Amino acid sequence: MAKVVFTKNLREHIACPETSAPGATVREVLDAVFASNDLLRGYVVDERGALRQHMNVFVDGANVRDRVKLSDPVETDSEIYVMQALSGG
Amino acid sequence: MSETILVGTRKGVFTLKRGTSGWKIADVHFRGVPASIVTWDPRDRTMYAALGHGHFGVKMHRSSDDGKTWTEFKAPAYPELPSEEQAKGVPVLHLVWELVPGGADEPGTLWCGTVPGGLFKSTNRGDTWTFVRSLWDDPLRKQWFGGGMERPGIHSISVHPKNSKHVALAVSCGGAWVTKDGGETWTIQAKGMRAGFMPPDQAENPAIQDIHRMAMCPANPEVLWAQNHDSMYHSGDGAKTWQELKDVKPSNFGFAVVAHPTDEKTAWFVPAEVDAKRVPVDGKVVVTRTRDGGQTFETLREGLPQEHAYDIVFRHCLDVDETGARLAFGSTTGSFWISENGGDAWQTVSNHLPPVYCVRFVK
Repeated sequence: MAKVVFTKNLREHIACPETSAPGATVREVLDAVFASNDLLRGYVVDERGALRQHMNVFVDGANVRDRVKLSDPVETDSEIYVMQALSGG
Repeated sequence: MSETILVGTRKGVFTLKRGTSGWKIADVHFRGVPASIVTWDPRDRTMYAALGHGHFGVKMHRSSDDGKTWTEFKAPAYPELPSEEQAKGVPVLHLVWELVPGGADEPGTLWCGTVPGGLFKSTNRGDTWTFVRSLWDDPLRKQWFGGGMERPGIHSISVHPKNSKHVALAVSCGGAWVTKDGGETWTIQAKGMRAGFMPPDQAENPAIQDIHRMAMCPANPEVLWAQNHDSMYHSGDGAKTWQELKDVKPSNFGFAVVAHPTDEKTAWFVPAEVDAKRVPVDGKVVVTRTRDGGQTFETLREGLPQEHAYDIVFRHCLDVDETGARLAFGSTTGSFWISENGGDAWQTVSNHLPPVYCVRFVK
């Protein structure tokens, strides 16, 4: 299962402790996390499922390429960091 | 009279309270987070706040204990729309630009206006939202475009006090719209309005009028007031036709307007110089008031800064209480003023708030 860590700035607004979840893509992993925390979903992606403009997701240190479908592959031992961009405050 | 005011700002939600020594900032909620709209629902005494996190999107919160605790609930979400709707980008919620309670006989009902132009209705205090497809699907809606925002938005919603199914709303830029069946069908009602920023053959097109703010008089809902991009307007027939209020001094330009709750002939506006120069005329902050249905206006300035002031008052930033005696407004530069006598004189509550986005009396 991939490790998923949310920016501490997000933790100020909603519970999102470090967790791990199964999945072969960023979308699958995040959906697995959001399944038990539906409000959290809206902080990271919009209602169409696209990554919010001022959010970034890193998989094993690399910024995801597909910000709309979140189709970037994830390994079982991957580390996913959900961060906010420097813009957008 | 109301003793509490909710203030949404770029850096949080403030509550102002009137104590024995006058008005004071009593509390700040969501410190540091932009709040586009705050709302008070008198039916179940609930405070609402629509937050616009810069990174995390729009979030909705409500409080049933005077702001001591807040509960997040789901924000309205645009449904998947046909692909031709997506030519200008997939419609997703950008901003909550209005949130008002429904009628007294429908507790829990809320109307929510948004950018990019979607109207939402909830019948359960926001637990679930319905996208009002009838308005979105109106062919004239496709003519709407963004004014102050990049995309169009619904910013003013008024519910008829005696008929909850009768709702009037205004769009920037998209005219005024009325439903009399609770949102099943809509009629555009902007006849008489004129948009000087458009080519001559489009200037009177109702579907592109840039209404900045529209207010319905609770005492006589046939009376509505509008501050448009170019001028100010009055309707005496439920928005069917509008008459321009010409040559109001010091200016016909501005954003905010409120209607007196019990006197259909009285309304207040806050002018600025002109659209291309959005500053107070001559650096003086003033409020204009009519008490004769828009025939004449007084300029109210006692207690307001009269030199080197650059305060602009956004469309949701002027409010009146249920008596018509107390008014409050806040500015882009963080000043906040209250009048206890219908605007004749004003007292300063703060000059150091964040930019003010929304002012609502708890009444």
